[in-house]
Amino acid sequence: MATHDFAAQAAHAHAAPQGFIRKYIFSLDHKVIGLQYFFLALVAVSTGIFLSLLMRIHLVWPNASLPLLGEIKPETYLSLLTMHGTIMVFFVLTTAPQGGFGNYFLPIQIGAPDMAFPVLNMLSFWTTFLGFLVLIAAFFVTGGAPLHGWTGYAPLSALPSAGPGEGLGADLWIISIAIFCLGALMGALNFITTTLDMRAKGMTLMRMPLTCWAWFVTAILGLLAFGVLLSAGILLLMDRNLGTSFFVPLGTVNGVLTGHKGGSPLLWQHLFWFFGHPEVYIAILPAMGLCSQLLSVFSRKPIFGYKAMVYAILAIGFLGFMVWGHHMFMSGMSPYSAFAFSIMTMGIGVPSAIKTFNWLGTLWRGKIRFSSPMLFAIGFVSLFVVGGISGPFLAQPVLDIYLHETYFVIAHFHLIMGVASIFGIFAATYYWFPKMFGRMMNEPLAKTHFWLTFIGAYAIFMPMHYYGMAGGLRRYSQGTEVGWINQLWPIQRFISIAAFVTIAAQFIFVFNLFWSMKKGKKAVDNPWEATTLEWTTATPPPHDNFGGLTPVVYNGPYEYSVPGAPRDYVMQTDAPVTARH
Amino acid sequence: MASFSTTTTLDEPQVSRGKAGGAPPTFDGGDGGRPGRGLPDYPTRLRRARLGLLVALTPVLMLFVSFTSAYVVRQGLPTLDPRTNQLVRDWIPVKLPTLLFVNTIVLLVSSIGMELARRQTKLAAVAATVKPATEAPISAEGKTPWLAMTIALGLLFLFGQWMAWKQLAASGFYVATTPSSSFVYLLTGAHAVHLMGGVLALLVAGLFALLHRSITTRSIVVDVTGWYWHFMAGLWVYIFALLELAK
Amino acid sequence: MGLGLLVVIWLITLIGSYFIIAKTWWLPVGASAAAAGIDHHFTLTFILMGGVFIAAQLGLGWFVWKYRDRGAGSQPAHYSHGNTTLETVWTILTIILFIGLNLASESIWATERFEAAKPGSVQVEVTGMQFAWYFRYPGPDGKFGATKPELEDASLGGAGALGLDTTDPAAKDDVITGTMVVPVNREIEVILRSHDVIHSFFVPAMRFKQDAVPGLAIHMHFTPIQTGDFEIACAELCGLGHYKMHGIVKVVSEPEFNQWLAAREAEKQ
Repeated sequence: MATHDFAAQAAHAHAAPQGFIRKYIFSLDHKVIGLQYFFLALVAVSTGIFLSLLMRIHLVWPNASLPLLGEIKPETYLSLLTMHGTIMVFFVLTTAPQGGFGNYFLPIQIGAPDMAFPVLNMLSFWTTFLGFLVLIAAFFVTGGAPLHGWTGYAPLSALPSAGPGEGLGADLWIISIAIFCLGALMGALNFITTTLDMRAKGMTLMRMPLTCWAWFVTAILGLLAFGVLLSAGILLLMDRNLGTSFFVPLGTVNGVLTGHKGGSPLLWQHLFWFFGHPEVYIAILPAMGLCSQLLSVFSRKPIFGYKAMVYAILAIGFLGFMVWGHHMFMSGMSPYSAFAFSIMTMGIGVPSAIKTFNWLGTLWRGKIRFSSPMLFAIGFVSLFVVGGISGPFLAQPVLDIYLHETYFVIAHFHLIMGVASIFGIFAATYYWFPKMFGRMMNEPLAKTHFWLTFIGAYAIFMPMHYYGMAGGLRRYSQGTEVGWINQLWPIQRFISIAAFVTIAAQFIFVFNLFWSMKKGKKAVDNPWEATTLEWTTATPPPHDNFGGLTPVVYNGPYEYSVPGAPRDYVMQTDAPVTARH
Repeated sequence: MASFSTTTTLDEPQVSRGKAGGAPPTFDGGDGGRPGRGLPDYPTRLRRARLGLLVALTPVLMLFVSFTSAYVVRQGLPTLDPRTNQLVRDWIPVKLPTLLFVNTIVLLVSSIGMELARRQTKLAAVAATVKPATEAPISAEGKTPWLAMTIALGLLFLFGQWMAWKQLAASGFYVATTPSSSFVYLLTGAHAVHLMGGVLALLVAGLFALLHRSITTRSIVVDVTGWYWHFMAGLWVYIFALLELAK
Repeated sequence: MGLGLLVVIWLITLIGSYFIIAKTWWLPVGASAAAAGIDHHFTLTFILMGGVFIAAQLGLGWFVWKYRDRGAGSQPAHYSHGNTTLETVWTILTIILFIGLNLASESIWATERFEAAKPGSVQVEVTGMQFAWYFRYPGPDGKFGATKPELEDASLGGAGALGLDTTDPAAKDDVITGTMVVPVNREIEVILRSHDVIHSFFVPAMRFKQDAVPGLAIHMHFTPIQTGDFEIACAELCGLGHYKMHGIVKVVSEPEFNQWLAAREAEKQ
C-alpha cells in the first residue's frame, strides 16, 4: 500500500538512524526488525514451553500443588493446551523462521538494501507484538484463557456458557489472532514485493538460495490463507457478541437454550482448516529451505536437484490449499469429499518425499563438516522423516477412523511441524549468529544442546505413537475415567520425564545465546565458507547491507567443490563458474 | 542487538572474500539504474508500490471470497429440526433498501473522479521528474480539485450506507434477525471499513499536498489509492449483485 | 561425530520400530465386522511406510558417517547438481506407493461410509451432551419421537435429558438408557446427535469413531461380532468434562437383547 516519504528513506539509506528509539524501537531496518521478531519468538517459545511443562506435570501429578499456581484443574489443563498451541503455532513457528530470519536475511541474500516497504515492515512487527500481548491478556481476565483448543471449534468456542474461559478470554483469543493475521499479511506483502522487485543484477529466480524460495512461497501461502482465518474470526466474534448464528445451530447448554439457530459447526471447520493446512506449511517451509542450504554448505556439495527442490516447494505450496479436508474426515463431512481430500493428501506427500531424497542425495559423496548448524540440519532430516511417515496413516480415512484425535496425531504434527521447525530455528541461530552479532556461539555447548534435544525429542514424541495406536485420546486432562486409557498411563509418565530433561537442556541454548553475544569468539565475515550473498558482506552487515555497493551475481548459490576452482566454494559474486554437471 | 558499524574483524583471516588476497567481491559501482545512492527513481518506486498494492489486494479478495463461500453454504444449508427429526432450510431473503442503488451510483461516479485525480497527479509527477529542479506547485496540477471531490463522494457513499443500515433496521432486519440479514450487514460493513481506509489514504494525500511534500510521493499515494478505489467500487458492485440476485 | 550420529539414529530407529513390530501397545482386539479389514490395512501401511522409515533413517545415519570429512588431503566432495533420471524414477515410485496404498483402503471406506445401513438394522440414536451419552431406541413403532430443546431437563432422567416431547405419539414407546445395549452379529444403525457442542462417539474395539455435531443427525453403521462390554470415550474436545464423558456398549446375544429391550419397553407402560 501507500509508501512513506522517500526523502526520509534516502537519508536512512545512507546513514544509520541515530537515537535509541529510531535505532532499536521503531527501526525501519529489516535487520533490527528481524531481531525484534526473533526475540518476540524467544519470549513466546519460553511461554509455550512453560505451558507444556505445566501440562506434563499435571498429567502425571494431577493433585500436585505448584508454587504460585496451586493445583491445576481439568479446565485449566484445557486452557494450557489451547494457549500452548496458539502461542507455538502463531508466535513461534510463524514468527521466528519468517519474520525473524526471513526479514533479516531475505533482502541480503537477494542483494537488496532493505525490504520494499520498511515502514510497513516496522508496523508488521509491532502489530504482531500487540497480538501477543492481547493473547497473554486472556490469562488474566475473568474466566481466564479459553479452553477450546488452538483449533477453536464452534460451538464450543462460540458459546460463553459452554465452559470456563469461554467468555472474555475467548474473545481476546479471537482478537489476538485477528491482529496477528493483519501483522502476518503486512509481512507477506513485503516479502513478496521484495523478492519480485528488488533482486540484484544477476540474481535470477533460479539463482536464489532455497531459503529465499521458501520464504517467498511461505509468504504467498500466508497472503492467501490469513484473509480466510480473519474472516472466520470475524464471523465467530459476531456469533459470540452480536447474536448471529453462522456456526451455532439450535441447541442448549446445560438445558438452557443458547438463542442461536441454523448455523453450521462444519462451516467453522472448513474456514479454519482452509487456513490451517497452509499454515502448517508456512511453519515448515522456511526450515526446509534452510535445511537444503545447510546440507549443501556443510557437505561442500551443491544441493542435489535444485530445480526439483524449487518445484517441490511450489508444489507443496499449491497442493497445500487442496487438502484441508483431511482434518475433517470424522467431522460429518461427506465421505466422498473425504475420498477426494485423501487422494490429494497422499499427493502432497510426494514433493516432501522428493525433498527428502534430495537431501540424502546432497549428503551422498559429500565431505561433511559437523558444525552445530549441520547437526541440527541432519536432525531436521531425521525428524522430518519420522514425522512425515505418520502422515500417510492419517491421510487414509479408513485408518483415521481409529487414529483421529489420538496421540498419534499429536506425535505426527509435533515431530514434523513443531520439533522439525524448531530444529530449523536452532540451526538458523547457530548458522547466522556470527553474521548478526559478529561473534561465534560456543561450539561445545551447542553440540551438547543438540544431543540432548535430539534424543530428548525422540524420547518425548516416539512413545506418543504407541499411546495413540492403543487408543490414547488427546486433550484428556486425566486418563482415570476410561479403562483403556488409564492402563496406558506409564507411557505418559515416561513422556513427562523425557520432557523435563529436554526442556532443561534448552537453558543451555539460551545461556549460549546471550553469553556469546557478549563473550563469544569474534567472528570473521565468512566463518562457514559459504557462497551466498550474506557472507560477502561485513559482519554484522552495515545499515544498507552492502556498504553502498550493489552486488552483481554470476553464480548459483551452491557452487561447492567445483573442479578446478582455487577453493572448495565459489561465492555467488565471484567470476562465473564454467564447470557444469 | 545488532550494531551497524562495519566491523570487519580479521583476527584469523582464514577466509578470503572472493578473489585471492582478501580483495572485496566483484560489486558494480552502485548504478543498477538508480540515480542516487539508496533512492530509487520514480518509475521504480511507482512500479514497486503498484506491485505492493496488487499483492495487498489478494488477502482483501480472499476475505470476501471467504465471506461469499460462507454465504453460499449458509444459504443452502439444511439444519436439523429436532421436533420433526427432519432437515429444514431456514433462509429468508432480505429486501434490500433501494438507497443502495443510489449509493452504487455515487461510488461509481467517485471512481471516475478518482481516476481523474490519479491521472492529474501522475502528470504533475512525471513533469516534475523530467524537470527535477522545479518542484511543481499545487496550482500547476490543474484547476479541478478531483481529489477533494472523490473524498467527498466517498464520504457520501459511506453516509449512504449508514442510512441504508438504518432503513434495514427500521424494516425489522437487524444483524442477528436472520442469517440473510447477518450477511447483509457483514458484507456491506466489511466493504465500508475497507473503503474508509481508502478515504483515509486520500486524506493523507491531500495533507501531503497542503504540506508541500514531494509530488512524486503524493502521486504514488494517489495512484495506488486510485487502483484500490476502483477495486473497491468493483467489489461493491459484486457484493450488491450477490445480495440482490443470489437470494 | 559422524559415528555418533550413525549410532544414535540407528538405535532410535531400531528401538522405535521394535515397539511397533512387537505390538507392545496396540489396538484392542477388533470386535466388529469392519475390524479385520481395517487392521489388515494398518499392517500393510506399517510394513510399507515402516520400510521407508527404516531405510531413510538408516540411510541418513550411514551417509553422515561414510561421507564425513576425513581431514586435509582427503578427496573433495563430488561436484554434482543432481540426476534427473533418478529424480524421475523415485518420484514415480513414490506416487505409485502413496496413491496405491490409499486406493487400496478406499474400498473399506466405501463399504463403511458410502452405503447406508441396510434395512432391518437395529436403530440406536446416540446423543452426546456435556458430559454424558444417552441412547434411544425407537420402540415397537420403529419411529423416534420428537424432541424439543426447550423441554430439556437432565434432572428428570433420560427422557428429560433428551427433551422428549411426550405429547408426540411416536415418543411414547421410545426407550432411553445410559448404556448402549446391542445384539451381536446384527448391523447397528447409529444416529449421532448432540445438544450443545461437538462430541465424538469412539469405540476402539469396534474401530468406530464419528463426531456428533449439533444441528445434524449423522447416520452410521457397524456390526459387532463379539459379545462383551466395550468402552466408549468422547473423542472431540467438548469442555471441562471431556475426559469424563465415557460410556459402555454391551454386546449381547440376540435373545438377550430382545429380552432386555422388551423389559425396558414394558417399564414405559
